[in-house]
Amino acid sequence: MRAMVYRGPYRLRVEEKDRPVIEHPNDAIVRVTRAAICGSDLHLYHGMMPDTRVGMTFGHEFIGVIDEVGPSVRNVKPGDRVMVPFNVYCGSCFFCARGLFSNCHNVNPNATAVGGIYGYSHTCGGYDGGQAEYVRVPFADVGPSPIPEWMDDDDAVLLTDALATGYFGAQLGDIVEGDVVVVFGAGPVGLYAAKSAWLMGAGRVIVIDHLDYRLEKAASFAHAETYNFAEYDDIVVQMKKITDHLGADVAIDAVGAEADGNFLQHVTAAKLKLQGGSPVALNWAIDSVRKGGTVSVLGAYGPMFSAVKFGDALNKGLTLRMNQCPVKRQWPRLFEHIRNGYLKPSDIVTHRIPLEHIAEAYHIFSAKLDGCIKPLIIPNAA
Amino acid sequence: MPYTPDKPKLAESSDELRARIPGWGADLDPKDRPSVPKERFDPNLNGAHWEFPDRQPEKWPRERSIEHKFLTPVFGTSCPPKGLSGMIRRYSYRRYSEGRAAHWLLLLAADRVDAVESTVGSFLSRHPDNPLTETGVLSEFSHHGLASRLRGRRVDRVHHPLDPIIVAAPWVLAGGVAYLTLRRVVGRRRS
Repeated sequence: MRAMVYRGPYRLRVEEKDRPVIEHPNDAIVRVTRAAICGSDLHLYHGMMPDTRVGMTFGHEFIGVIDEVGPSVRNVKPGDRVMVPFNVYCGSCFFCARGLFSNCHNVNPNATAVGGIYGYSHTCGGYDGGQAEYVRVPFADVGPSPIPEWMDDDDAVLLTDALATGYFGAQLGDIVEGDVVVVFGAGPVGLYAAKSAWLMGAGRVIVIDHLDYRLEKAASFAHAETYNFAEYDDIVVQMKKITDHLGADVAIDAVGAEADGNFLQHVTAAKLKLQGGSPVALNWAIDSVRKGGTVSVLGAYGPMFSAVKFGDALNKGLTLRMNQCPVKRQWPRLFEHIRNGYLKPSDIVTHRIPLEHIAEAYHIFSAKLDGCIKPLIIPNAA
Repeated sequence: MPYTPDKPKLAESSDELRARIPGWGADLDPKDRPSVPKERFDPNLNGAHWEFPDRQPEKWPRERSIEHKFLTPVFGTSCPPKGLSGMIRRYSYRRYSEGRAAHWLLLLAADRVDAVESTVGSFLSRHPDNPLTETGVLSEFSHHGLASRLRGRRVDRVHHPLDPIIVAAPWVLAGGVAYLTLRRVVGRRRS
């Protein structure tokens, strides 16, 4: 089969790879019909995530058709059109039994601090991902769900991570009616978090970024008030000014490990790999939120330490909430919101690129060329 | 204003927001949200028909965190450790927990060694690495590279020049070493 293969930092190619096989009785093999590149894939692509091996296939956002199932699979069958959450999870461990699917303890031998994620290094379990024609899906009775008849493929693939994560992040903010919510990052997850904040009754939603084209999308797609931090000497002071010096009630970090805005933080983290991530957006969130407020962290960070302003968080009495999103918990409600016309996930898709050109897709997304917000990957066998 | 008890007034009322924004307030009740409460015990909800899953066969000694009691019943089988990078990885997993910086620094070092080993190996195969196509840099010409980078006040312009250096440095270094080695070998033969 054809699959994206990592060759080292900033390098990847498409090559022939063995089709995955059933390795466990509850495995399924899925023929991928749509995949996406996630902002967090760029951390792998840039060589930031420890134990990212040459030869691995990335991709944790994908949908497809069940091609083959193991002998114990009961809930899906060959031919089913399914969406697959980015979490690999067993459904029965201590954490899964409590709904914390992203923290599953039975699928990742390489680390106890993170569950399993498709195509996301050996630190997240060593599973090949869905930027390929076929992918192995463990625990087929637990993770994959049939795609509703009425849902189109572009919307479905965005439910496997980006939309669910943005929606989850707004929930982590514990938003109540009339709250002022500031979202750092106008990438896909930030856009969905901003949109979701309104569903939870926010009274004002502010989005911060440095890319004008993404801020324009935040205004049109998420009805947000926008600020380009490059235009201000100090974005934290600006946030105080526009909130009558109180600060926002809720701040959401939807940027993560490669945040810009502080050269030293960015270079030490993203280029020199001396930090788990560049916590610029997280530090701005801590400083922009009001005392007693809540900071929700959606941006992905590596397992190493990062220079976070923890003293400010303590002194302000903040609540810091974070997790990888337990995707499937969000789906029933998100299906309702999409059906009701409150959300149209695919409105943020800017590029649809054949698998064979995935190296260009990564470069375009990474360098933010051509107005790129969300690139989808179309495998040959789709 | 934080200096007085009341919260600053919002520009729009809830009714105005409901009228303007599709779905405003659809999840208004904080208790009626999919991730509330954070932990909801229900082992029968998730489709699992086992208390502990069957074990996947271990086809080679699978490296694992020493914070785990045993090898997890299911695991990824992509890219088994090999070569020098594999030795470093195995050592890191065997020796250090996830709480130790040494664990992660060794794994990052192994990643760099892996990239060099694999690139060198590719030149002995039918599919040598090609940095021009593998970096996707040709899309700079087809997808408005320069215009995209110059548009607006994007702050990442300042570190963009570092990317080609990071990509090219190992190739330049390898080329230099190869050149010096070749020159020395040729020099010895002539003398």
